[in-house]
Amino acid sequence: MSVLLELRHISQRYAAQEIVKSLSLQLEQGEIGCLLGHSGCGKTTVLRCIAGFEPIHDGEILLKQQPISRPNQSVPPHQRQIGMVFQDYALFPHLSVADNIGFGLHQHTAPQRQQRITELLELVGLTAHAQAYPHELSGGQQQRVALARALAPKPQLLLLDEPFSNLDVALRERLGQEVREILKREQMTAILVTHDQHEAFAIADQIGVMQAGQIVQWATPYELYHQPANRFVADFVGKGVFVSGTITGSRCVEIEFGEICRVDLDSRGFAVGSRVEVLLRPDDVVHDDFSPLKAQVVNRAFQGEVFLYTLALASGQQVLATVASHHNHRIGEWIGIKLDLDHLIAFPS
Amino acid sequence: MDFSAIIPALPGMWEGMAMTLKLLVLGVVGGVALGTVLALMRLSHNPLLSRVAGAYVNYFRSIPLLLVITWFYFAVPFVLRWLTGEDMPIGAFTSCLVAFMMFEAAYFCEIVRAGIQSIPKGQMGAAYALGMNYGQVMRLIILPQAFRKMTPLLLQQSIILFQDTSLVYAVGLMDFLNAARSRGDIIGQPHEFLIFAGLVYFTISFSASLLVKRLQKRLTV
Repeated sequence: MSVLLELRHISQRYAAQEIVKSLSLQLEQGEIGCLLGHSGCGKTTVLRCIAGFEPIHDGEILLKQQPISRPNQSVPPHQRQIGMVFQDYALFPHLSVADNIGFGLHQHTAPQRQQRITELLELVGLTAHAQAYPHELSGGQQQRVALARALAPKPQLLLLDEPFSNLDVALRERLGQEVREILKREQMTAILVTHDQHEAFAIADQIGVMQAGQIVQWATPYELYHQPANRFVADFVGKGVFVSGTITGSRCVEIEFGEICRVDLDSRGFAVGSRVEVLLRPDDVVHDDFSPLKAQVVNRAFQGEVFLYTLALASGQQVLATVASHHNHRIGEWIGIKLDLDHLIAFPS
Repeated sequence: MDFSAIIPALPGMWEGMAMTLKLLVLGVVGGVALGTVLALMRLSHNPLLSRVAGAYVNYFRSIPLLLVITWFYFAVPFVLRWLTGEDMPIGAFTSCLVAFMMFEAAYFCEIVRAGIQSIPKGQMGAAYALGMNYGQVMRLIILPQAFRKMTPLLLQQSIILFQDTSLVYAVGLMDFLNAARSRGDIIGQPHEFLIFAGLVYFTISFSASLLVKRLQKRLTV
């Protein structure tokens, strides 16, 4: 594996405001990365810097070890061989689907161009719509045209800016999987920008959670969820509730559920007796009719295969629990719960 | 009022109309071409180019067309003589045409500029990301879309120019109005001929306007 894209301490300012602050990342050949964050965290700016649409004021961006952006020195966007899928797709309304896809193939001969167009139409499943115009297509179809158009010239790197934000939720998840398959089949290195973690989880190999112009954690989706680097990441990624607790031993923590001792606390390096905030994910709280510990149903959200219950413990502390959906409890009912925590996510309080 | 003298004068007036249409078509083609160049200059990031184009547009939009026509009629031969050292009669037609092109370019520039600015910025980014340079992006993506959007405005401006071509009267060119007026004077029925000319201008301009309105509706749907 070789590093395809490298950002070294890049900064970007707009007027006096620093949008991106000394941000670094590395992406390997064939890897799909994702920048995940709230709107205004600078993620789209990073993408536009990589594409060459924005200057950088510090640091450098390298593609295949060659600098493409430095302060006051930048390869223009059209010479970067970086493809981009835009949030609003930016399809060319006066060109047919086939011509949209073939637009970037101006250096190919006509038969080569036709062949690549046919190939991509097949890849995105739009062969029947080759002669249609963008406005005649559904949102999902337009999205796939945008993807095919960006892939056609075989760019070194593909950038996707909130590619699914204009689609309805059901379509979003399906297309996310599809896009990942297409990218992997084309062995494309890509960076996706999104505020939607489901989208990020569905597509990316590596996710960088961004906050105020910086990457707070760069990790696989699994690590982000199960080993968040700080409280912000823990809050932002996945659902969960923080409950306060006390470290009672090298492998033990005491929370309202009782003392839990099978967890590994060593790595966190808390002193015995220190107060901590422990993250409880909804899947850590398990419904068990025979458990002596009871909690009252405060709220419930039916999600098909599961209920997401908001439960209140005797102290009033609320926790979330996912429960198989045939356990249909009314609001106000007391139900038995127990904790199934196999690793600890805790931060000093 | 006796309009019977108009029929035998029609062929002569048709020649005038041909002159009017020639001035109109060439003026619009040249004006749009120059106007597009000016619009691209005005939108350019180069401050010199955009300021030069801005000054040009503001200047020509602030002076009367009649002034431009007479000025070009007298000044262009003078400038040519000064440049080449010899007399080069260029004639009323050429000087009028140049005046129209340069004057209308200022108006067409603003229409084209608005047209280009109405195309979403993402279109340009998308084309750049596909490896196109500025010229290709403009020629293949931005201008085709912009011209489609601004066709009604360009036609509307052309209708105004159709009426304004009558100002060539000032330098003695025989356009439709001048042809009609002179025939009326010769025959001694100036009123009939001027009323007829007015009717012709009205019919052509008004029906063209209606057509533009219909076209506008079709283009916006």
